[in-house]
Amino acid sequence: MSEKANGAPPKIQIRGLHKSFGPKVVLDGLDLDVAVGESVVVIGGSGTGKSVLLKCILGLLRPEAGSIKIDGEEVVGLRGGDRDRVMRKFGMLFQNAALFDSLPVWENVAFGLIQGEGMDRDEAKKNAIEKLAAVGLGAEVGELSPAELSGGMRKRVGLARAIAITPEIIFFDEPTTGLDPIMGDVINDLIVKCVRELGASTLSITHDMASARKIAHRVAMLYHGKIIWAGPVAQIDNSANDYVDQFIHGRAEGPIQMQVRAD
Amino acid sequence: MPILQPIGRTLLIFFAAAGRLSMFAANGLSHCVRPPLYFRLIARQMIDIGYYSLPVVGLTAIFTGMVLALQSYTGFARFAAESAIPNVVVISITRELGPVLAGLMVAGRVGAAMAAEIGTMRVTEQIDALDTLATNPFKYLVAPRLIAGITTLPILVFIADIIGVFGGYVVSIYKLGFNPTTYLKNTVDFVQTEDVVSGLVKAAVFGFLITLMGCYHGYNSKGGAQGVGAATTNAVVSASILILCCNYFITEMFFAR
Ligand SMILES: Nc1ncnc2c1ncn2[C@@H]1O[C@H](COP(=O)(O)OP(=O)(O)OP(=O)(O)O)[C@@H](O)[C@H]1O
Ligand SMILES: [Mg+2]
Repeated sequence: MSEKANGAPPKIQIRGLHKSFGPKVVLDGLDLDVAVGESVVVIGGSGTGKSVLLKCILGLLRPEAGSIKIDGEEVVGLRGGDRDRVMRKFGMLFQNAALFDSLPVWENVAFGLIQGEGMDRDEAKKNAIEKLAAVGLGAEVGELSPAELSGGMRKRVGLARAIAITPEIIFFDEPTTGLDPIMGDVINDLIVKCVRELGASTLSITHDMASARKIAHRVAMLYHGKIIWAGPVAQIDNSANDYVDQFIHGRAEGPIQMQVRAD
Repeated sequence: MPILQPIGRTLLIFFAAAGRLSMFAANGLSHCVRPPLYFRLIARQMIDIGYYSLPVVGLTAIFTGMVLALQSYTGFARFAAESAIPNVVVISITRELGPVLAGLMVAGRVGAAMAAEIGTMRVTEQIDALDTLATNPFKYLVAPRLIAGITTLPILVFIADIIGVFGGYVVSIYKLGFNPTTYLKNTVDFVQTEDVVSGLVKAAVFGFLITLMGCYHGYNSKGGAQGVGAATTNAVVSASILILCCNYFITEMFFAR
C-alpha cells in the first residue's frame, strides 16, 4: 500500500483516519496513498464510508484522529487562508452533483473561475461552454437552470464544474452512476484524459467495475472502515482476497454479509 | 437535587446555543468589513429585502396609521383632546409601530425565505460545494445578507413612516373632519429628529437580527426537507421574539433618563 510511483512524495497520504457519527464508526484507522498523476479507485459496499472519506480529505467533515497530508502538508484542522490555498488544488464531483440552483448552468461551471480565480465573466462563460462540450452538453444547456436538467445531465455539469479550474487533485464520487453506458464510457475517457493531459491525481469512487477497470491505475477496497486490499488494477482478478472477489463479481454469497434481515 | 438538574441542563444548552450564535454573528460581521465584497449579491439581496417587501410593509403601515387615528379619536374625544391626534399618530408610527411592524413583516417574509434557501443549500451539499470551490460560505452567503438587512430596513421603515402618517392623515381629514393644513402643521411641528432617528436605528438592528436568524438557522439545518422546515420556523420565531425584546432595550436607551 505504501508503494510509491517514481519515488515522488505522495500527493495524498492518509494515515490512521478515524471518523464516527455518534456511536457509529465509519472510518476506523484508514490508510491510503495517492501518488502524483495516479488514478486510484475506491470500491466498497453502499454505506461503507466512501463519500465520508472524500469529505474528510476536503475538510468538510472533521475526523477524530489520523493524519491527511496533501503534498506533504498536514491538512486536518487547517483553517482560514491556508485552507483556501489548499482547497484551490481540489476539484470535486459530489455524488448528487450539488449544483447551485440559484445560478444558471454555465455559471455553475464557471463558478470557480469567476470567484476563485477572478476571471472576467465573458471569458469564464466561453470557458464554461467548452467544458460543457467536453461532457457532451451543448451551449444551450448552459442557459438552463439546474432544476431543468435530468439526473445524468446534472452529474455531467457537476463533472464540468469539477474540472473547470484544472485542479491538481480531482475527486469523483460515482461519476458514471445514472448515465447510460455510452455516456458512461465518454465520462471514463474524460477522466482518463484529465489524468493524462493535466497530470491530475484522481481519487474516484465507483460501483461500476467496467469504469473502475478503465480509469484506475490502482484499486482500493474499503470494508469496515479500513482499506482491506489495494493493488494495481491488473491484479484485481487474482487478488486472492475473498472480499474483493465477491465484490467484483457481485455475488450475494461470500464473506461480506449484507444486512437485509433484521436479526 | 433532582429539581436543579433540569434547570442546570437547560441553562447549559441555552449558553451553548448563545455561544454558537455569537460566534456565527461575529464571523459573519467580520466578513462584512473584510474585502472582497460581492456587490452583485448585496444588490440582489437589497432588492429582495427592500423592494419586494414594500407592498406588504406599505399596507401594514397605512392601515396602522388609519386605525391609530380612529382609535385615538374615539378615546381622546372623551377628554376633548382630539387635537392631539396628529401628535399621537406621528410619534407612535416613527418611534414604535413603523419599525416593529415592518420588522415583524419582513421577518416573516424574508427571514423565512432566507432560512429555507440556505437550509436547502446545506442539505443538498451546495454549501460544501462552495467550500470546495475556494469560496467562503460566510463571505458569499451570510455577509451579503447581513449588509443588505442592516442597510435596507432603515430605508424601508422611513418609507413606512411616511405611509403610516399619511394613513392617519387620510382618516383624520376625510372621516374625522380635521383641517388638512392644521393637521400637517401639527405633525411637522411636533415630530423631533430623535423620534425618527430612534426608529431608524431600531430598523437597522432589526434588519441585522432578521438576516442573522435566517442565515444561522438555515446554515445549521440538517436532515432533509423536515430539517429545512424546522429551520424556517425557528428563524421566524426567534427573529420576531428578538425584535420585540431588543425594541424595549433600544427604547430605554433612547428615551429613559
Ligand atoms: N452527516 C452524517 N451524519 C450521520 N451519519 C452519516 C453522515 N454522513 C454519513 N453518515 C453515515 O456514514 C456511513 C457512510 O456514508 P457514506 O455516504 O460515506 O457511504 P458511501 O460509502 O458513500 O455509500 P454509497 O455508495 O451508497 O454512496 C453511512 O452509514 C451513513 O449513515
Ligand atoms: Mg457515497
